[in-house]
Amino acid sequence: METIIEMRGIRKAFPGVVANDNINLVVAPGEIHAILGENGAGKSTLMSILFGLYKADRGEIFLRGEPVSIDNPNDATRLGIGMVHQHFKLVHNFTVTENIVLGQEDRANGLIQLEEAKQKIIALSDQYGLKVNPDSLIEDISVGMQQRVEILKMLYRDADILIFDEPTAVLTPQEVQELINVMRELSNEGKTIILITHKLHEIKSIADRVTVLRKGAQVAVLDVATSSIADMAEAMVGRPVVFDLQKAESTPGDVVLSVRGLSVYSPVYKKNVVNDMTFDVRRGEILCIAGVEGNGQTQLIEAIAGLTESQGEVWLLGENISDDSIRERNLKGISHIPEDRHKHGLVLDFKLSNNLILQNYFEPPMQRRMMLNFSNINEFSASLIERFDVRSGKGIHTNTRSMSGGNQQKAIIAREVIRDTDLLIAVQPTRGLDVGAIEYIHQQLIAQRDQGKAVLMVSLELDEVLSVSDRILVMFEGNHMGEFDAATVSDSELGVAMAGGNR
Amino acid sequence: MKRWWQRSALAENELFVSSLSSVLAIVIGLLFGFLLMVVVSPSESIQGFRIILTGGFNDGLLSVGSMIVFATPLIFTGLSVAFAYRTGLFNIGASGQLMMGALAATAVGVPQWWRYEGELRIAMDNPFLQLGSWHWVAALLAALLAGALWGLIPGVLKAYFNVNEVVATIMLNYIAMFVNSLVITRYLFNSLIGRAFSVVPTALFPRMGMENIFTDGLRSSQANVSFFIAIFFVIVIYFVLNYTVFGYELKAVGFNRDAARYAGMNAKRNLMLSMMISGGLAGMGGASLYLFAGRNLDPVLQILPQGFDGIAIALLGLGSPIGVFFAGMFFSSLKVGGQFLQLLSFRIEIIDIIISVVIYLAALSLILNRLVLYVLKREKQ
Ligand SMILES: Nc1ncnc2c1ncn2[C@@H]1O[C@H](COP(=O)(O)OP(=O)(O)OP(=O)(O)O)[C@@H](O)[C@H]1O
Ligand SMILES: [Mg+2]
Repeated sequence: METIIEMRGIRKAFPGVVANDNINLVVAPGEIHAILGENGAGKSTLMSILFGLYKADRGEIFLRGEPVSIDNPNDATRLGIGMVHQHFKLVHNFTVTENIVLGQEDRANGLIQLEEAKQKIIALSDQYGLKVNPDSLIEDISVGMQQRVEILKMLYRDADILIFDEPTAVLTPQEVQELINVMRELSNEGKTIILITHKLHEIKSIADRVTVLRKGAQVAVLDVATSSIADMAEAMVGRPVVFDLQKAESTPGDVVLSVRGLSVYSPVYKKNVVNDMTFDVRRGEILCIAGVEGNGQTQLIEAIAGLTESQGEVWLLGENISDDSIRERNLKGISHIPEDRHKHGLVLDFKLSNNLILQNYFEPPMQRRMMLNFSNINEFSASLIERFDVRSGKGIHTNTRSMSGGNQQKAIIAREVIRDTDLLIAVQPTRGLDVGAIEYIHQQLIAQRDQGKAVLMVSLELDEVLSVSDRILVMFEGNHMGEFDAATVSDSELGVAMAGGNR
Repeated sequence: MKRWWQRSALAENELFVSSLSSVLAIVIGLLFGFLLMVVVSPSESIQGFRIILTGGFNDGLLSVGSMIVFATPLIFTGLSVAFAYRTGLFNIGASGQLMMGALAATAVGVPQWWRYEGELRIAMDNPFLQLGSWHWVAALLAALLAGALWGLIPGVLKAYFNVNEVVATIMLNYIAMFVNSLVITRYLFNSLIGRAFSVVPTALFPRMGMENIFTDGLRSSQANVSFFIAIFFVIVIYFVLNYTVFGYELKAVGFNRDAARYAGMNAKRNLMLSMMISGGLAGMGGASLYLFAGRNLDPVLQILPQGFDGIAIALLGLGSPIGVFFAGMFFSSLKVGGQFLQLLSFRIEIIDIIISVVIYLAALSLILNRLVLYVLKREKQ
C-alpha cells in the first residue's frame, strides 16, 4: 500500500503515565483516517508528536516514504502538515486575515502586504465553502467561524496533511454538517485528513479507516465500511457499550427551582438575550433546555447561578435567592457544571486536588481553623478520582493543565455531583467525553434524579436531550418556546420550536 | 542511553529545574563580570573576582552587618512583588509604597513637626514622642499602613474600574515621589541639613546588641531588628500562601478570576486585600531603609530604586518567599562586595553590570528553563 504518513513504534511517556506506547499509525494518501480512544488514551499526544509539539521518546516518522525528523511546528508546516487544535490558537484582537498570515507574512519594503493575502484567503474560502469575513476581529466571530479560520490557516500554508483534534466538540449540529462537507471536499481534492473525534457516527459517515487507542496502546485498526458503531465502541472501551439508556419513569415531586420572569439584558446586543423566562424544576425530574447555540441558554444559567445580573426572580426551595451572592446560592443548594471548563470550571494552574476542593475548601474537614487540612483534602480528592475514574499522570498531584480534555471535564463533574445538593445544573456535561464516559455521566445524572434531586441540563445534542431528559424546554432568541414531554415529543416538533416557529 | 541525571526524578521536579535556571543566571552573570575585569585589568582580575564572590564577607563581621542592613529593604520589596505576583498581580509600585512607608515612619519618628498659621511657621512637638520605648513599633506600623493604603489605591482601581495595576502603580510611584517632597519640605524639614529631621533614638530600630557582634572593634554596622522582622514576614507570607484558606483563595483569584467567582469567592475583595498586603510589605521596607541612625529622608525628586530591585529579586527568587530571602541576600552581598572592588583599580559600576546581567537572564529564565530541561532530558542517540 502506498502511504503518506507512517509513524512507527512511537512511544511517549509523561511523568507517571505512558501516553503512547509503541503506536504504529499508517495513513494512505487522500484517506480520511480517524483516531478513536477514551479520554486520556493519547490521541492528542500522538498528533502533537506528528506536528512537532512533542518529541517522541522512541520511534520514527516517515512521510511519503522518507524518514523525517519533526522537531517543531515549523518543520511540520514545511512538510505540509497542518493542525487544528482541540483548543484554538488564535490571536483575539487580530483580524481573520492577520491570523491566517501570522508567521508567513509577505513583506515588501519592510511592510506587511495584506491585500494579496486577503485575495488568496477569499479564493480559498470560496473554493472549499469556508465562509469567513477576512476583516473581522477574531473576538467578534463565532466559534464555528474561528474554526474555519484555523482550517484556512492550514490551507494558506499549502498543507496537504490536515489534522483535526476534536473539531466537532464545539460546534452546533448544523456546523458539524458543514464541516463534514468541507472535509469531504478537501479529501476529494487529494488532501489527507486525520480526524480525532469521540462521535462514532461522524467516523461512520466520513472516515475510511480508524485507528483505536486504549490507555496509550494501539488496540485495533478498523475498516469503517465493514465495522459497526458498536464494534468501534467495543474496541475502544474493551467491553460492549450500552447505547440505550435504561431509565425508569420519572416521579416529579416538590418544586426545587422556580424561575419567574427572568430577563438578562446584554449591553453588546442592546436587547434582552434572556427574555421573561418562567419555569419550574421539580424533585425527581431532569429538565433539559434545548435550543441552537447562542439563544440565551448560557446567560439563563449564569443568571440562575448568580454569575450575571438579571431582572426577575429565582426561587430555590421556596426561598427567593435573587439577591443572594454566588456563594450563598451554592450553599443553599446549587451545584453547577459550567459550560466553559477552562473559564469557569477549573483553575488550570492548580494541581488536581486543589481543583477538586474548589467548592468546599472553606468548610471543615477541608479546613481547620482557616488552615487547609492536607490529609483530609488528599483523602477526599483521591476518593473522587477513584470513584469517577479521572485519569491522569500523577493522580491528585497532577497539574490540571496537563490533563486530557475529557478528564478535566470528569474532574468537574465529580466535584459538583459529590456535593449532593438539591439542584444540579449541568451545562453540556458530556462535551468532549468518550462514549464510555458519556454513558457513565448520563447514569450519574439519572441516579441524581432518582435520589430526589432536581436536575437542570443544557445540551445542544438532540440525541442527548431526548435520551436523558424527562421534560424539554426549548429556547429561541431568549424566549420560552414551550415545554415538551421527552417521551412523546417528535424530532420535528422540537426542530420547529428550536427554529423559532409556532410559538 | 540516558545519563544518570536524566533518569533521576530530578528532571521531573519543576522546582529543581527552575532553581537551576536561577543559579545558571547568577553563574553566567558572574562569569560575565569576570570577563569584564579581565578586559579592564587582567592582572587584578583574579583578586577582583574573589572579592565579588566573597561579597559581604570581605571585611569580616562588619561587612556581614552591612550586608544585612542592605538586604532588609530588598527582602521586603522582593516579598511585596512576589506576593502580588503569586496572586496574579504585577506590582510595579513597590517603590512608591516604600517611599510612602519611609515618609510615614519618619513622620512618626522625628522630634517635631512644622505647622502653619498663615505665613507663620511654628514648631510643634511630635505627639508620638510620648510612646517611649514603643516608639519604633509605632513608626513601623505607620510605614505598614501607609504602604498598604498606597497599595490599596491601585487595588480599588482594578477591582471596580478595571484599571490595569501596572499602569496605576507606575503612576503612583510618581505621585509618591511628589507627596514625599512636599511633605518633607513643608512639615518635616530641617533647614540645617536640607533634609528631614533626624529620627529620635527611641524611634530607631533596636540593635539588640548586634552592634557588638557586627563590628571590627572600631566601627560597628547598623544591623538591627528589622532584619529579623523581614525574616518573620518571609515565614508568614510563605505560610499564608501555602497553608491557609486565605492563601488558597488569593491564588485562585490570581490564576483565574472567573473560576474564583464561579466558586463563590469574592474576587474584588481578595484582589484589594492582596494589593494592600503587598503595599504594606513594601512600606515596611521603607521603614527599614530609614529608621537607623544617620539616615534622613531627602526631598529630592527621585524614585527610590529599592522597589524596582524588588522586581528583580522576586524574579530571581522564583516568586517564592524563601527564594526572595536568598535572592535579596545575594544582591546585597554583591553590592557590599562591590565597595571593596574600589580598593583595586575597578569601578563599582562593575557590580551594577553584573547585577543587570543577572536580572536580564532571570527575566529570560524561561529560555534558561528550556535549556536546563533540554540538557536534563536529551537522549544520547
Ligand atoms: N504536557 C503533559 N504533561 C504531562 N502529562 C500529559 C501532558 N499531555 C498529556 N499528558 C497525559 O497523557 C495522557 C494522554 O493525554 P492526551 O491529551 O493525549 O489524551 P487524549 O486521548 O487526547 O484525551 P481526550 O479525549 O480527553 O482529549 C493523559 O493521561 C494526560 O494526562
Ligand atoms: Mg485530546
